[in-house]
Amino acid sequence: MSPGFGNLALAGLLAVPAGGAIILATIPRYRVSAALNVAVCALTLSCAAALYAHRPEPSLYLLVDDVNTVFLLVGGLVGFTTSLFSAGYIAHELETRRLKTGDLRFYHAMYQLLMFAMNLALVANNIGLMWVAIELATLTTVVMVGLYRTNAALEAAWKYFILGSVGIALALFGTILVYLAAEQHLGEGMTAMAWDHLVRRSAAFDPALLNLAFVFLLLGYGTKVGLAPVHAWLPDAHAEGPTPISAVLSGLLLNVALFALLRFKLIMAGNAQVLSPGPMMVTMGLVSLVFAGFMLYRRRDIKRMFAYSSIEHMGIITLAFGLGGPIASFAGLLHMTMHSLTKSAIFFGVGYVSQLEGTQRIADIRGLTQSEPLLGWLLVIAVAAIAGLPPFGVFTSEFLLVTSTFARAPWLAALLGVGLMIAFSALALRLHGLAFGDSPRRHTLHAWRLAPMALHLLLVAAAGIYLPGTIVSWFRHVASQLG
Amino acid sequence: MTPLDSDIAHLLAGSMLLVSFLLLYQDRMFALLNFFALHACVLALSVGWQAYLQRAPHLYITALIALAFKGVFIPVALHRIVVRLGIHRTIEAVVSIGPTMLIGMALVALAIVVMLPVTATEGVFVREDLAFALSVLLLGLLMMITRRNAVSQVIGFMSLENGLILAATGARGMPLVVEISVAFSILIAFLVIGMFLFRIRERFDTVDLQALDMSRGEASGGEA
Repeated sequence: MSPGFGNLALAGLLAVPAGGAIILATIPRYRVSAALNVAVCALTLSCAAALYAHRPEPSLYLLVDDVNTVFLLVGGLVGFTTSLFSAGYIAHELETRRLKTGDLRFYHAMYQLLMFAMNLALVANNIGLMWVAIELATLTTVVMVGLYRTNAALEAAWKYFILGSVGIALALFGTILVYLAAEQHLGEGMTAMAWDHLVRRSAAFDPALLNLAFVFLLLGYGTKVGLAPVHAWLPDAHAEGPTPISAVLSGLLLNVALFALLRFKLIMAGNAQVLSPGPMMVTMGLVSLVFAGFMLYRRRDIKRMFAYSSIEHMGIITLAFGLGGPIASFAGLLHMTMHSLTKSAIFFGVGYVSQLEGTQRIADIRGLTQSEPLLGWLLVIAVAAIAGLPPFGVFTSEFLLVTSTFARAPWLAALLGVGLMIAFSALALRLHGLAFGDSPRRHTLHAWRLAPMALHLLLVAAAGIYLPGTIVSWFRHVASQLG
Repeated sequence: MTPLDSDIAHLLAGSMLLVSFLLLYQDRMFALLNFFALHACVLALSVGWQAYLQRAPHLYITALIALAFKGVFIPVALHRIVVRLGIHRTIEAVVSIGPTMLIGMALVALAIVVMLPVTATEGVFVREDLAFALSVLLLGLLMMITRRNAVSQVIGFMSLENGLILAATGARGMPLVVEISVAFSILIAFLVIGMFLFRIRERFDTVDLQALDMSRGEASGGEA
């Protein structure tokens, strides 16, 4: 645990993607820039791994603690594998002329800028800085969703931009209210925005002001998480943007917004007189889960369908953290990690499927296990994993959550179980049509291009069969901090 | 702070709310842009007054950004875009003016009912400033919901951000980072919007022939 090395790693975590974005914006050759994109992501991942072992001293602006290292590592890993997938994906997009080389310079720069913004949001100690970083992440994804410039893509990007901005504006109002509550006790200036000071002193804050602030923050950052009443941007943004961006959106950005919400939940938890944030989060989570479960039945677009599945899973995670307690928080943390890995793997697969078949319409895709056996079967495994079948990690976390809920609130557990079953049967129904049956086509995809997807699924399966003791004790420790 | 000082602050914040209502019932694009410029100018005055009261020179920068960027640059730029796209004649409203104004008044009442009890421990100035700010924010939101047209949605969003800046400057000693970053993020946000409008126009030019004809016909009418 040397703080000096930690400082270096922290600087690298932010400077590497930021510098990468600038360099990538100037490189015209797409092969070079795709390779560089992968290298930059690998370097960022190693910085995140170094932060796990070496923590820098907290400052008023940046803070690395047990909670955000989990998010940083998951983010770094998925960011890295997605950059590998992206390299193959964009080569195909260039061949089919859906994208031009100029677009790719922009795309790679934005990809790294997004990584920078997400890392900054995770390590920010200042709640204002965290807000700025999430706003930046939103803007970079908006322009990437609109990258194809079709009418549908522009409309999706516009919808995302408007709803995301409104969400982010509400979150800023909440942030200002938290500052006002803190300013009476911590004095004017930076300390009243530093999260670690806020958490330590929140017992003295004005409860009415904190309550109001949390409502704004829940609605604001909840929009970015994709929770049910304010989720409308999410399916369109996932369906119309480039598939690597869908993977990063689902796998990472939703988590970052949830992380911001958790930071404020901890401030609320320190004050005994405020409304408990738990029931609000449980309600929103449950509504998202059930709503998204029903919406899964009527989807015609394959990416849109898995976007609704993301809403469902973010609902489960929010519910778990809202419920709180050591087991539910542990389940929430595990589920978040497993969902990130599995959902990005699904989007890798779906990206190849839509490129090979030339369509995203579910009705037009049939018999994948015949036309492209390796990809087809990997997709079958991935969908089985996300639907919560054993022996995958998603099953473990859902099982933990249901049992711990059952012990504390049986009715809630029943509703949770019903929601999970609805989503499960919808996915099973669609998967059957997609994967099985006769297909006249035969495709060949290089096996190495499926490596990122296989790696994710291997990790998810390994976590479901045997979760190493170090990870269990690490997650348990983090869960105890999340309350 | 003397009573006169806080009266002036209230006058300015109240004027912003008034201009928000004016924005809400404009049905012509250019009038909407002009009133938005006025909104930004009143914000600049209000922030400048706060800078003077709080002896916080950095707030003058925020005021200047509001004046130059949102009071002048953006309205001019949007004016040109509107002329070029030929959408200056009408603003399609989802809800008609009368009900919109009633909803707007209800939102202001809601903002006051919510904010005043919550901020009971704050000074009198902060309380009312926050109530005004939340009202402006909610009216901006209402405008975004009730308008179909992209430009008026953008105006609604920016008036909403003006409300946020009013709130941020009203909170005593809120660190510089936030003010600058708010202003900065608006800049980025506008760049994004600009890009979108550019691309949407590109679509008009290349794909939709009927829209192209309409756009040309109306654009020449607008310049005449």
